[in-house]
Amino acid sequence: MSTPGHTQGPASGDAAAAAPRAGYAIIEAIRRGEPVTGQTHEQVRDQPAVIRAADFSLWYGKSRALHAVSMPVPRHRVTALIGPSGCGKSTLIRCVNRMNDLVEGVRVSGRMELEGSDVYAPGTDVIGLRRRVGMVFQKPNPFPMSIFDNVVYPLRIHGQRSRSELAERAERALRGAALWDEVKDRLRQSALGLSGGQQQRLCIARAIAADPEVLLMDEPCSALDPVSTLRVEELIQRVSERYTVLIVTHNMQQASRVSHFTAFMYLGRLVEYGPTAEIFQNPRLPETEQYVSGRFG
Amino acid sequence: MATQRLSIRRVISAGAIAGSAAASVAIVAVLAGVLWYILWRGVGAISWEFFTTDPTGDPTGDPAAPGGMRHAVLGTLALLLMASAVGVPMGILTGVYLSEYAGERWLAGPTRFVCDVLAGVPSIVVGILGYELLVVPVGGFNAYAGAAALAFIMAPIIARTTEEMLRLVPDSYRAGSLALGASKSQTIVRVVLPAAAGPTLTGVMLALARVAGETAPLLFTAGGARLISADLGQPFPSLTQQVFDYATSPFPSQREVAWAGVLVLIALLLTINLAVRLLLWRTRARAKPR
Repeated sequence: MSTPGHTQGPASGDAAAAAPRAGYAIIEAIRRGEPVTGQTHEQVRDQPAVIRAADFSLWYGKSRALHAVSMPVPRHRVTALIGPSGCGKSTLIRCVNRMNDLVEGVRVSGRMELEGSDVYAPGTDVIGLRRRVGMVFQKPNPFPMSIFDNVVYPLRIHGQRSRSELAERAERALRGAALWDEVKDRLRQSALGLSGGQQQRLCIARAIAADPEVLLMDEPCSALDPVSTLRVEELIQRVSERYTVLIVTHNMQQASRVSHFTAFMYLGRLVEYGPTAEIFQNPRLPETEQYVSGRFG
Repeated sequence: MATQRLSIRRVISAGAIAGSAAASVAIVAVLAGVLWYILWRGVGAISWEFFTTDPTGDPTGDPAAPGGMRHAVLGTLALLLMASAVGVPMGILTGVYLSEYAGERWLAGPTRFVCDVLAGVPSIVVGILGYELLVVPVGGFNAYAGAAALAFIMAPIIARTTEEMLRLVPDSYRAGSLALGASKSQTIVRVVLPAAAGPTLTGVMLALARVAGETAPLLFTAGGARLISADLGQPFPSLTQQVFDYATSPFPSQREVAWAGVLVLIALLLTINLAVRLLLWRTRARAKPR
């Protein structure tokens, strides 16, 4: 599973072509195939970290998707990953709960730590890991069963049988996902009858029903209309009081609205990582500035 | 010039439409004719006694009173039940393996190929095989051999339809379940199979309909009997075998009953097919809201 160190090939062309002209040290370095160390602001490093990627690299077969990413994720905060398509944001969060295991030919090197232990260490209990790390997908994916059965799914698979306990946890999760009032009278109806936004909040409820420590969100609003997006964003803020949230987004306004910290990724590298306000208003690197102002990417 | 070519094309097009319409009408007409004829010949011999009595008289048949086909109707239902008990789980499990576990593993290709070949094997071959393996060694026709032969025909059909239906289940369900900490088997049992339950059941019913009408494999395995016995080690009756037996009988009264048997068989197949349609229609209606 884990193999070589830094075999830096020249950056593959597609995304690089979209980059701005000369004068950008990091992009130049990436183009020359040199290792790049991301600028991580002190404010991030001072935070207690739940997840910590250390020199983490990933290959899909022969193509390298992540290049020695080192990145802590602060506890009980919302951290956003931004960057152009194909920069490795989704790949990175899918390593935290090892969903990338489902992809053929994936290799990783370096460490991906959850509370100090490497999730890729041999003998890791992947099922246990995924109980601790919830995930919300790009497209709402409620199962074709009732709303209630969806929410209590993670509890049932972990052996919870008590009806009263299930009912109580379902209500708590649905309240937590700000969905309870809308669905309390039709818990037994199919979840597929809900609107897209409701389905996504149901998926969030399902993800938090098992009380995970971390919630991963892979562009959770990209399939939603603006009103639903707003509701999910409010929800993200709310759940961050109890959970650590790591969210991938293509929408920079969204990142600035919901997150405390923002990491800018480019071509599989972490470029700049700091408090959201700093990244958007006062970034240290010209590349970040260019990207957040919408001039490339 | 161009307009002339266009008009030629119009003529060809009209001809093609007329031809295909005529072919369709011809097929429907033939089918309707067959059904009508069976109804006409069979309905006369359908009576209360047909369903409540076994053949009467000695084994050569009493031409005056051939009796009913209770034994054959029950026999067919019992054979279908026994065949399903083996063939359905086997087929579904194989389908699950092919769709969920095999992936590109080396066993997948051959299994799929064998299933396709088996699904197309002439049923007389299955009959002879059953005779050699399950009848000759025990010294006589028996119900187990008949059920096994039918199961052997059912399993590959069910395996392939189950596989196809499971493949239609979106991967987002699997990913969603795994991401919640479910194991692969939990994901299959709790999410993937239920999501494909309707269409999978449809495949099972179609396999049932297929074997319900089989005669050749039963002739050599269950044999046939003039009464139904709880002893499954004995020759066992079935509708198709009894129809075969009576239809070639020299006695007109037995041939009459054979027509009634054909009618009941057709009604059984029609019922299964209608049930399939109902099932499909209901699953589609349920899948719609979004």
